[in-house]
Amino acid sequence: MASEMTSSAYISHHLTNWTFGVHPEHGLGFAHTAEDAAAMGFWAIHVDTMLWSVGLGLFFIWMFRKVAKTVTSGVPGSAQNFVEVIIEFVEDNVSSIFHYKNALIAPLALTIFVWVFLMNTMDLVPVDWIPFLTQKIGEAFGADPHHVYMKVVPTTDINATLGMAIAVFGLILFYSIKMKGLGGFLGELAFQPLGKWMLPFNLFLEIVGLLAKPVSLALRLFGNMYAGEMIFILIALLPFWAQWLLSVPWAIFHILVITLQAFIFMVLTIVYLAMAHEEH
Amino acid sequence: MNINLTIFGQIIAFTFFVVFCMKYIWPPITGALVERKKKIAEGLDAADRAQRDLELAQEKAMSDMRKSKEEAAAIIEQANKRANQIVDEAKEKAREEAARLVTAAQAEIGQEANRAKEILRAEVAALVVAGAEKILEASVDANAHAQLVEKLAAEL
Repeated sequence: MASEMTSSAYISHHLTNWTFGVHPEHGLGFAHTAEDAAAMGFWAIHVDTMLWSVGLGLFFIWMFRKVAKTVTSGVPGSAQNFVEVIIEFVEDNVSSIFHYKNALIAPLALTIFVWVFLMNTMDLVPVDWIPFLTQKIGEAFGADPHHVYMKVVPTTDINATLGMAIAVFGLILFYSIKMKGLGGFLGELAFQPLGKWMLPFNLFLEIVGLLAKPVSLALRLFGNMYAGEMIFILIALLPFWAQWLLSVPWAIFHILVITLQAFIFMVLTIVYLAMAHEEH
Repeated sequence: MNINLTIFGQIIAFTFFVVFCMKYIWPPITGALVERKKKIAEGLDAADRAQRDLELAQEKAMSDMRKSKEEAAAIIEQANKRANQIVDEAKEKAREEAARLVTAAQAEIGQEANRAKEILRAEVAALVVAGAEKILEASVDANAHAQLVEKLAAEL
């Protein structure tokens, strides 16, 4: 691919989502260029992000549901063994951080961990394979291959990470109010850390702290994955015989990053929800 | 890098996955884990019990064996005693039999000796008479001296 385009065109092609939305001039349809996609503004959707994230989510659910249906307390099969290892890992983390009775937290943590891990893992698929394939398919359907976009790593899309972070934020607010009451929650925002005489300052500090939770969750994952993806794209600009020298070590290192980022997202979610349950 | 409706798509998908996981994945699998934990605990308990049972059985076997050994020893002792008794009885009987035989033999010997004495006595009487006849060269009236001869013979 790199040979057919200029480097900047190649990079921007790899960083553009397959967007469907309402264009102010062309109306409803797929964006043909990155500018088109930008012009669509908020009323657009990244088809590739949705496709891959939902696909991977369904894969997660299918895999675990298959085990859950035939689960046995006797001798486990290899699939059950694998699933049990993950579940016990998540359960250990949840029970060591979160000390309240809540049936949602552990499944939530499991979903986050596995789903984010699967989405991150798409980063290890060589950067050109799937975009190249979709371009060929697009060409077969009569589209201009240079305007067929396919970003395969959903977590390099800020919408995906922010979506999850907002959902977690919603849960933080929900449990804060549920456990402490609206008054208790607002009181926490207003009278801490410096008492009632510093109320505006407290309010400012606490609200910033509260909002920082989802923003940091979303940006940490997005930033790590986006940077990792970017480096794979830059490595792909090298001559083909030299790429493995950099892409192999980076991919090996990236195995650590994708696992770690999935783990961090999960642990921070548990920690934030544990904080929401706590009385200060 | 555009923020758009994808956010809501993600929130909906995320919510769906979490709810599905909470309803259909987490409970059965953790349930199985808990159940297995219980099973393992029960298994270990049973193993402990079996171990104790084994120890008890071993103890019982040992004591049984000891008792049997004692019984066997007692039986052997009794048998030995009985054997000795039988031997003693046999010896006693043999001794009695021997004594009886000896007595019978002695009686027979006595009889024989008496008979021999009788015969001898008779012969001696005849001899003495014959001897005396020869010495006296005269006929001796056997009847007249019979009393004397018999007196002699009785001294033999």
